[in-house]
Amino acid sequence: MSAPNGNRSDRSPWNRLLLVPIVLPLLPFLFNSDEPRLLGFPMFYWLQLAFIAVGVTCTTIVYQMTKRGR
Amino acid sequence: MREHLTEIIVFTVLFLVVSGMGFVASRWRRPKDLASLDEWGLGGRSFGSWVTWFLVGGDLYTAYTFVAVPALLWGAGAMGFFAVPYTVVIYPMVFLVLIRLWSVSHIHGFVTPADFVRARFGSPTLALLIAITGIVATMPYIALQLVGIEAVLKSMGVTGHLPIIIAFAILAAYTYQSGLRAPALIAFVKDTLIYIVILAAVIVIPAKLGGWDVIFNKAQEKFAASPAPGDGILLNANNQLQYVTLAFGSALALFLYPHSITGVLASKNRDVIKRNMSALPAYSLLLGLISLLGFMAIAAGTTPIGKDNNTIVPRLFDQMFPDWFTGVAYAAVGIGALVPAAIMSIAAANLFTRNIYKEYVKPDASDADEARVSKITSLLVKVGAVACILFLDTGFSIDLQLIGGVIILQTLPAVALGLYTRWFHRAGLITGWVAGMGAGMLLLYNIGNPATGKLHFAGSAFPLDKLGLDTKMTVYAGVLALAVNLAVAALGTVVARAAGLADGGDATHPDHYLADEGDPRIKDLDLTAH
Repeated sequence: MSAPNGNRSDRSPWNRLLLVPIVLPLLPFLFNSDEPRLLGFPMFYWLQLAFIAVGVTCTTIVYQMTKRGR
Repeated sequence: MREHLTEIIVFTVLFLVVSGMGFVASRWRRPKDLASLDEWGLGGRSFGSWVTWFLVGGDLYTAYTFVAVPALLWGAGAMGFFAVPYTVVIYPMVFLVLIRLWSVSHIHGFVTPADFVRARFGSPTLALLIAITGIVATMPYIALQLVGIEAVLKSMGVTGHLPIIIAFAILAAYTYQSGLRAPALIAFVKDTLIYIVILAAVIVIPAKLGGWDVIFNKAQEKFAASPAPGDGILLNANNQLQYVTLAFGSALALFLYPHSITGVLASKNRDVIKRNMSALPAYSLLLGLISLLGFMAIAAGTTPIGKDNNTIVPRLFDQMFPDWFTGVAYAAVGIGALVPAAIMSIAAANLFTRNIYKEYVKPDASDADEARVSKITSLLVKVGAVACILFLDTGFSIDLQLIGGVIILQTLPAVALGLYTRWFHRAGLITGWVAGMGAGMLLLYNIGNPATGKLHFAGSAFPLDKLGLDTKMTVYAGVLALAVNLAVAALGTVVARAAGLADGGDATHPDHYLADEGDPRIKDLDLTAH
């Protein structure tokens, strides 16, 4: 898709980072286990909660790198 | 009822304070007049990052979620935790999609997803199908918010339908007066209350029960002892596919719901949306912790009222907290139901006004006409939701909501893919929609639950052996139906092109998907599609 008025586009190599938090939580073999436990949480629970942090990190980086004025 | 007096008083006071705010909201960020859909239905399209965060968060994470997800963990274990991956994958997935929708909507003055489809594919028929799908999927969702309030009222010993009718009448009145500004303002209170309650719950309750280790072990014991094959604190070989497809399919569906799109379109620029996509997961963490209340209830030996599992969380609070704080927690759930109910009714009303009333009844409707029709429709939608609860079995509302998720997914090819490609032919999209709907209904109809003796519409997990596959695995019915939809839409497009069937025009331009705040065309080109 071309942007006739010059340099504006939604495309950025940073966007590929968004794939990480989309794919990770959909791979149950990574987290479907009781051990190791963390603070009493089975891995199934703490690792999926940790994926929230992965999602926040990736979206924040993409936002910072693609926001206006850059 | 007498032993719950403190709770009832705290609940009532907070509820009334919030209702007062709903009425005052019409003066907040006051426009010249509220008599247009941009003002009444989208809050002036001017919300910044904070307001949008509270509004969209309050919109997506509903009271019903807060009550039903822990109930699911309480009953079935790990499967209920799908809400966490679901709300993790959603934001990166829609990050780039929603900013395109925001841009094209601002240039053309779109208020609903069906507005976009009409302009993009030049097809009022397709737009009508999208609008009807949106309205039908939203109605039971509003009714479910009432189920959330009902669970809390029941736990306070308040029975009968009168309190719910009063609560909804108040809600209807201030939504009528203030439009989207009401839920936006109330969302601040709702979320603050919920955050306080949940932080207290995840600190106090595990301490009282002997720690997280004990909680998870007790849950494991319960599921080991139960005869049901699919439960446990981990997934098994047969429900992993269901877990993943349900999380993924629900994520695809969430931002197709008209009320989510309303929240997004009300923000003032693209950066507000991007920033929110990285900040909204704070609610996912909250939801993850809330869901674990289900396991806490197992460890605490909490029992539901009758057979209503939705009362598990309210009962746990009652058991663990002093009365006044239980009252606060109940108010958080009750008020939590009002925010999404208001936004959903506004979104459904906008669909009716823009894509049915203006399209087929009164094409020359003025802005003021549109706002008036939407306000009245929003009242009717709420009456419909209350009627659902009064006259239908609660279980039936839950079935409808389940169906709602599957049918809203069928708007994905036109709405979400349409933002990227104009390849599909309008006739292909319409046949795809029909096929996807048919497949979805057929799949859901054939899902039974031997444990409850229910033969049809007993869940969303479709057993693959019914398709002749030799496996015990299940898959989310919505994803299968969407696959049918996409295949038929693609095939239909090829056939329609080959047959030389006339395609609709496209009122949008590639550059319209990139426009941002400050772009002169956002005002100049306003409403060019109409």
